Amino acid sequence: MADNLIDARGVVVAYGGQRGAFGKRVEPKPVLHGVDLVIGRGETVGIVGESGSGKTTLGRALLGLVQPASGSIHFDGKEITGLQEAAMRPLRRRMQMIFQDPMSSLNPRRAIRHILVDPLLLHGLAKNRREAETRVRAVLDRVGLAVAALDRYPHELSGGQRQRVGIARAVVLEPDFVLADEIVSGLDVSTQAQVLQLLAGLKRDMNLSMAFISHDLSVVRAVCDRVYVLSGGRVVEQGACESVFSAPQDAYTRTLIDAIPLPVIDPAWLGRRPAQA
Amino acid sequence: MAEIATAAPVPAAPPSRLAKTLRALVAQPKVIWGGGFILFLLLLALAAPFIAPHDPLAQDLMAGTLPPVGFAEHDAAYLLGTDDLGRDVLSRLIYGTRIALTVAVIAAVLAALVGTILGLLAGYYGGIVDTVVSRLIEIWMAFPPVLLSILVVAIMGSGVTSVIAAIAIIDWTRFARVVRAETMAQAQADYVTAARTLGFGRLAILFREILPNVAPVLLALLTLEMGIAVIVEAILSFVGLSVSSDTPTWGGMIAQGRQIIYQAWWVFAAPLAALFATVLAFNQLGDGLRRALDPVMQR
Amino acid sequence: MTVPLLAVSHLNAVVGRAGNAPVLRDVSLTIARGEVHGLVGESGAGKSTIAKAILGILPHGIRITGGSIALEGEDLLTFDAVTLRQKLGPAVSLIPQDPQTALNPGRRIEAQLTDGLRLWKGMSAKDAHARALQLLEEVQMREPARVMRSFPHELSGGMRQRVLIAAAFALEPKLVIADEPTTALDVTVQKQILRLIRSMQERHGTGVVFVTHDLGVVAQICDRATLLYMGKVMEQGNVSDLLNKPRHAYTKALMEACPRYDQPGRGLAPVPEEVFAACRAEIAAFDQAGAGHG
Repeated sequence: MADNLIDARGVVVAYGGQRGAFGKRVEPKPVLHGVDLVIGRGETVGIVGESGSGKTTLGRALLGLVQPASGSIHFDGKEITGLQEAAMRPLRRRMQMIFQDPMSSLNPRRAIRHILVDPLLLHGLAKNRREAETRVRAVLDRVGLAVAALDRYPHELSGGQRQRVGIARAVVLEPDFVLADEIVSGLDVSTQAQVLQLLAGLKRDMNLSMAFISHDLSVVRAVCDRVYVLSGGRVVEQGACESVFSAPQDAYTRTLIDAIPLPVIDPAWLGRRPAQA
Repeated sequence: MAEIATAAPVPAAPPSRLAKTLRALVAQPKVIWGGGFILFLLLLALAAPFIAPHDPLAQDLMAGTLPPVGFAEHDAAYLLGTDDLGRDVLSRLIYGTRIALTVAVIAAVLAALVGTILGLLAGYYGGIVDTVVSRLIEIWMAFPPVLLSILVVAIMGSGVTSVIAAIAIIDWTRFARVVRAETMAQAQADYVTAARTLGFGRLAILFREILPNVAPVLLALLTLEMGIAVIVEAILSFVGLSVSSDTPTWGGMIAQGRQIIYQAWWVFAAPLAALFATVLAFNQLGDGLRRALDPVMQR
Repeated sequence: MTVPLLAVSHLNAVVGRAGNAPVLRDVSLTIARGEVHGLVGESGAGKSTIAKAILGILPHGIRITGGSIALEGEDLLTFDAVTLRQKLGPAVSLIPQDPQTALNPGRRIEAQLTDGLRLWKGMSAKDAHARALQLLEEVQMREPARVMRSFPHELSGGMRQRVLIAAAFALEPKLVIADEPTTALDVTVQKQILRLIRSMQERHGTGVVFVTHDLGVVAQICDRATLLYMGKVMEQGNVSDLLNKPRHAYTKALMEACPRYDQPGRGLAPVPEEVFAACRAEIAAFDQAGAGHG
């Protein structure tokens, strides 16, 4: 058994690169230039960066949703790069994802019951519909949703409730790893705190490993053990949240931290020049 | 007990999905009018032998070119008058709905079937599949549709089957184009990625996740296509490429009426009005369905 | 006593066909010349509704049922549409939320920047061009001459927001409404834009209504602020008092719910349900009292 649940080495991902019109080759555009990342069992790792940093692509690569051009990704000691969809399927149950936009990530034409019950049946985690529904009810209760939600369609729920359904769908399969991609960026502060608290509780109870992608360093600080700072498809700094946030080593990390407005009056904040030249 | 307080209570149990869909449909006047008229035509077609006052083929040269009721020299037995051979226009009109609806429904469904399958595959799989389907659509659309249909009828011989085949062969591209674009858009949505991470296979995703979201557009398009099929059938009848001339069709009646338009304008006007109303009804129904079935508008 | 730049008093508004769902409940606030005033609250609090009411661009369905909005002592609500445009056009401007859609994609930046100058200042094409160029320099745009000739899609999000800030200050308005101007931007760009808005505002002595949901942004850019919940003012005052000595339980709870990178474990304490219940009770009591009077 490998020490780390996820071990990614030298991951390079490039988009495009198909043959264009008239057979001219379009050069692939690299989004990740050799990223190393490990996630321990039960560990929550933050992946932060601004738009275009490659954080979303990195997340998708960890789940085997995009194929790296080079490098390797091991999940529980098993190489997942280059695996066919069919070979990947048994592993799918063990790695789940929570999405940024719960409206888009829930099929508008399917009731919450279907959204939550079908995956259990697919993976044979329940013998029949009734058993599956019993489990789903337990999970709904755990994420703080009333059973009545089962008969609803996604557009009939509030934003916070939809995000809870998204979380329920990810944990109902009892995965080992959950990727959370900007899951609180569209939510109000009070709803955000509820979702973060829920996630922290689930992580503890289920001993989940998590990758938490966010542009918001404050949110990452709230839930993560370690953090990777991405810029232009490279990891510029990584380490325990404690040390990265109190004593950032990289200039870009400093700029990023410095750019976050704290709810504390600091007359110098708008006055001083940014850290980089 | 849940660790966090249950957020704002989920509203009280709503009516079933079916009841809601029906209510949304009934709330659309376009669905009521368009659908009502089509339903009326359907009844006419089914009950033609019982409803039609005369045999549509029976000639009565003594009663030729009688005008509709309300005009001078009319005969109350012939509500919409007679043609130059003394055949009852109303009865021919009623029998004509049979061909019109048969062609409309079967041809549109066939075109939709072919177009939807190709569109789904092209939109979801992309790559070489998409390239092949897209090129095929482009080539197909560059071909003049009238020539194509004449070609089909020439090969298959005239008759209802040929007309249906011609329409399906020409018009599958309408469906393929729209379904392909819609599938591509839906495939970008996170719920498709979610289905992948849950371990669902590609076909399951295509037919269980994506197809239901493409269905409303498809249904609207299908209804519009039925209207188009009615016109195409009339055109082919008009140029004599449809069914044999002794079966009453609206297109055939228009062609015949055109020749005697100065002596008996009603032979021309009656089928034209029927054609116009039918196509309008299909279009209204299609538009109403599209509005009623939008999941987000359906509240 | 001097007349404040903007005085919103006892503003009430309702939404819906029946007109019985209040969206603003007796909102009062004043803004002095040169003041940046934060309108803070979560979604549905009514902060954008107030901003739109000031601009006279309330969406269909929202109706003002009472109160006044006075700009330098003149009640804007008493004007007809034409007079309102005459008054607001040169005096009040907007920095919108989404720089992607706020600029016309089919027109060059120059055309969009000079429109207002030519309409309200009666400038010649040449003068307007010179002034627009000067404005782009003022918002620290690199290569302003090139930007003038560009179309919006050729600029980054931050650059577009700079163009919109230049446009907002072009007519030397007395009041600028900034409607969540940085929510669509990366944090490093957000900081630059906040700094720019503050420096433009200080240089021109403009009053600013700053709509935001981010208490951190309020702390850095606002002088005073109004915290709203369900269209009712929960707390109002100097930002330092609001943050350091919050009086209302809702303010305190909201502060607690904010995650902070400098403090581990913050951001995991949701606003307690009792606090929301108390807020709702306060609002219900207010609605009851209103029903009793009217």
